[in-house]
Amino acid sequence: MPKISRKTVLTVLLYLGIVAITPLCSKAPFYRHVLIMVGLYGLLGVAWNIMGGYTGLYSFGQSAYFGIGAYTSTMLLVKAGVSPWIGMICGGILAAIVAAGVAYPCSRLRGPYFTIASQAVARTFQILMTNWDYVEGAIGIPLPLMADTWWLMQFKGKMPYHIIIFSLLGIAILVCYYIERSRTGYYFRAIRDSEEVASSLGIDTVRQRIIAAMVSAFFTAVAGTFYAQYVLYIDPESVTQHALSIEIVMVAAVGGAGTIWGPVLGAAILMPISQYARALLGGAGRGIDLILYGIIIMLIAVVRPTGILGFFQRKPAIEGEGGDDIGTTITASTGTDDEVRGSAGQS
Amino acid sequence: MNVGLVQALLSGLLMGFVYSLIALGLSLIYGVMDVVNFAHGEFLMLGMFLAYWFSVLFRLDPLISIFIIIPLLFVVGVGVYKGLIKRILNGTRISQILTTFGLSVFMANMAMFLWTPNYRLAERTLTRATGDLPIFGVHVGIPEVIASLGSIIVFALAYYLIRFTRTGRAIQATSIDSEGARLVGINIDNIYAITFGLGISCVGAAGVLLATFYYIFPYVGTFFSMIAFATVALGGFGSVEGSFVAGILIGIIESLGGFFISPAVKYAIVFMTYMVVIILRPATGLFGW
Repeated sequence: MPKISRKTVLTVLLYLGIVAITPLCSKAPFYRHVLIMVGLYGLLGVAWNIMGGYTGLYSFGQSAYFGIGAYTSTMLLVKAGVSPWIGMICGGILAAIVAAGVAYPCSRLRGPYFTIASQAVARTFQILMTNWDYVEGAIGIPLPLMADTWWLMQFKGKMPYHIIIFSLLGIAILVCYYIERSRTGYYFRAIRDSEEVASSLGIDTVRQRIIAAMVSAFFTAVAGTFYAQYVLYIDPESVTQHALSIEIVMVAAVGGAGTIWGPVLGAAILMPISQYARALLGGAGRGIDLILYGIIIMLIAVVRPTGILGFFQRKPAIEGEGGDDIGTTITASTGTDDEVRGSAGQS
Repeated sequence: MNVGLVQALLSGLLMGFVYSLIALGLSLIYGVMDVVNFAHGEFLMLGMFLAYWFSVLFRLDPLISIFIIIPLLFVVGVGVYKGLIKRILNGTRISQILTTFGLSVFMANMAMFLWTPNYRLAERTLTRATGDLPIFGVHVGIPEVIASLGSIIVFALAYYLIRFTRTGRAIQATSIDSEGARLVGINIDNIYAITFGLGISCVGAAGVLLATFYYIFPYVGTFFSMIAFATVALGGFGSVEGSFVAGILIGIIESLGGFFISPAVKYAIVFMTYMVVIILRPATGLFGW
């Protein structure tokens, strides 16, 4: 367990302060909606980062886990009247199990192969949900309007949602913080930097990757439940769509993959841009936020692959050979560990 | 044999030739430059829209405008290489993935912005008016037949170019060992530019041929990208012959899946095929070298 330093205490206080003060700046519902979106995508970005930023599995299929979270809690609520809080945990566990099932066979895949595989899984999931009558297929499920209570996670105002999402984000950040300082965190980064070396040091790379995928999927599903409760309507198009997966990668990559605060920063930068662009331009500006995203991500990838936080964090995450800032804070793809088959499977 | 089954096999086969051509571009770029082009499907979309606009604005049949669009897309491909891809060739994996992915997001949404999300069909094509062609009691659309014949021709031309010309040999040499190729005096940068342009031309040509009968909309590329990944994984990343056979297989798997299970889930079956192949034979696919 890492020691609680003064810096940690200050960081926690600063986080709580910002979370408490920002919604008070304006009473406009749209402003508060943007803040909640920052929290939601911050959470999704942090979750992606545990897998992508730390172990180097760049998933472009997070929407599947988001969808599992949204559908699990909603189905439990609609069919059995179970509280979304319980549904949130169930969805998270279910997503973690699915993630383990996907990660195990895919754990030998590297770089683009894993990315394509994650997309294939997410798209298959979307097709299945669209065609599964029990969950109303493409029609989607409107959540029944119930009492304004914490137990059912339904509120008239936006403040309770704000508190919930930033609490969840806080928990995810704490988990991330813990992972980064624990033995597991060192395993993760060792695997990301060189699979062979990590493996030769006796790290069970498959096991570590599965752990990362499960934690990541759990938080993504939790965010999915929150989304369902916030919007009160889900359908395959909104909770399993591909654009969602893209946005998740975007916030993490723009802010800085492999850093704790990077995804939060990315969400805080990108979400206002996309929300206000959509609001201002309306139907005429269809897709304009994604055009901007496309340009931003190309620029970031070409000019500054460490993300925006890379500007501030000069210190390499891991000391060692080749420990320049780009190599260690984002990825160190040496020729050998990019091969599609990893250390095993040479047949 | 059941007529429906023959019909499904035949349409799968015809579509398969188009998939082969799409996959060739992706495989070529990967094999030579070691970059997975996530924007591949978007270049297909671009080819489709170009064919559409040529047919609407200049009343040119896609089968005629293809002779303009192929060189045009070659230039576009070289431009994208010089402006973007070249900068990430020595970059990290994640920057390569993000760059081509960003390009795909940019292109798809730019098309959405410029041309609205409406579904369109190319008008006034020579091929559309002529209807069905009965073969052995089953009916296949003439546009599909023409598209697959066109794909075979373009594929054959690209194959000839890669295997039997001087430039093609330089491309092959670069693919095998870029440092070695540089040592014997091949200009690697030019070869990369040509390869990228060639890959984009191939997928664009497939787009033009598809435009004669397929719906044209900004996000059409994302599905074809996934199909192309599945095809290339099956054929082996970097294998030209593998792309050809795998394209046909994927076309047949897709249409048989639609026939035996449900048309709604046929793409899910294709994606699962990708998963199975990539897990069982990760590096080589079925025919990789």
